[in-house]
Amino acid sequence: MRHVDEHRDPAAARALAERLARAVAGRTGPLRVMEVCGGHTHTIYRHGLPDLVPDAVRFVHGPGCPVCVVPRGRLDDAVALAVDHGATLCTYGDVLRVPGSRGSLQEARAAGADVRVVYSPLDALRVAREEPGRQVVFLAIGFETTAPATAVTVQRAVAEGVANLSVLCLHVRVLPPLRALLGQGSGGDATPVDALVAPGHVATVLGSGAFEPLADELGIPVVVSGFEPLDVLASVAVAVEDALAGRARVTNQYRRVVTRDGNPVALALLDEVFEVRAEFEWRGLGTIPDSAYRLADAYRGLDAEHRFGIRTMPVPDHRACRCGDVLRGRLQPWECRVFGTACTPDRPLGSCMVSSEGACAAVYLHGRGGRRPAAAVPG
Amino acid sequence: MCLGVPALVEQVGDGVATVDVTGARREVCTLLLGDGVAPGDWVLVHVGFAMALIDEDEAHRTLDLLAQAVGALDREGGGATRPERSDRPA
Repeated sequence: MRHVDEHRDPAAARALAERLARAVAGRTGPLRVMEVCGGHTHTIYRHGLPDLVPDAVRFVHGPGCPVCVVPRGRLDDAVALAVDHGATLCTYGDVLRVPGSRGSLQEARAAGADVRVVYSPLDALRVAREEPGRQVVFLAIGFETTAPATAVTVQRAVAEGVANLSVLCLHVRVLPPLRALLGQGSGGDATPVDALVAPGHVATVLGSGAFEPLADELGIPVVVSGFEPLDVLASVAVAVEDALAGRARVTNQYRRVVTRDGNPVALALLDEVFEVRAEFEWRGLGTIPDSAYRLADAYRGLDAEHRFGIRTMPVPDHRACRCGDVLRGRLQPWECRVFGTACTPDRPLGSCMVSSEGACAAVYLHGRGGRRPAAAVPG
Repeated sequence: MCLGVPALVEQVGDGVATVDVTGARREVCTLLLGDGVAPGDWVLVHVGFAMALIDEDEAHRTLDLLAQAVGALDREGGGATRPERSDRPA
């Protein structure tokens, strides 16, 4: 396929690996490169990049899988809407197997609840239009990449007068958790990283320029990266070279898609349809200020939390689950006691094992996890 | 989750376009791209929306840089891509 195959050329991958090997030659300490986006985590393991880069380069997985960061209490809200309120709950396939304290949406469906997988939020609007007698709730998750599609759908529902659609809005923002994890927001307990590989598709909306203040604040290089293996390798090479040279700048590796200013139409929609929540709980990361969206006042009638009077209860994670440490980049997936034993993609205990973009699932499906000695992991 | 799939635009309508995604034809919403979509463009598709245009010139530039890196390595007779790892089984 155009724009995919040419970015998977093995000869170029070897050349980039060689460039990385030269950059870190003679270095004893590890260079910790955090990839923020779950799509990057998936690429890294699916294409075996940890085996291709020099030992000194360490991948640290960040909190960029929106399925993985949804806390159990919010999942319980969705289950309650489908089971207790009898609503038709539409959402993306990734969300279905995430376990809440009352089980997953998939289990709710098996028990008779009306839970449907949609490919696009516009599909949820179509369901609502075709079945006016049912309350249809779209469970909206995703970062700034996905939120504009929800915004268009909300506006269209209002314009068409589709009154039986509402949105359980769990959209999150990418910059606040990075500040909370790596910067001053961490309260002196920052995860140590030497460079960031930033999410290319979020940057199509926000623009690569949105990461410039972050690079300044953290004093580390940030490389906005595409998602094919050569994109990620090239980005890691730039990130490592910049880190070694002490250059805290933003580089846009994904220039074929990302501009410095982002997508003005999408940004205007985010402003119009959403407002920033004062705070939001992230699985494993705690409560982070300004880190999520809710529907703006003008669209409050479509807010499922408002329509159904939802009061989210905080629910602790399973005791054996260490998704929180994985999401903070403190623990490699295979170091968790239940990885691959009590927790597998078929029967996940924690959310990082659910989505193929979760670090645990990516390692379980594609990785050779455990080869590296645990002592070498940062933190 | 933030997946984007390259697709070739075939027809453009009012806020929608018919695109070819790896041989499958489907409709995507083009509202996020304003008026800037035409047949023959490549776009990135995410949850049923065309979210970005793929800039062919920049795509070529990225690939040219990679090709230069490969060429440089070949000229040096390179190929030893990485040192042997101590933790890799023989």
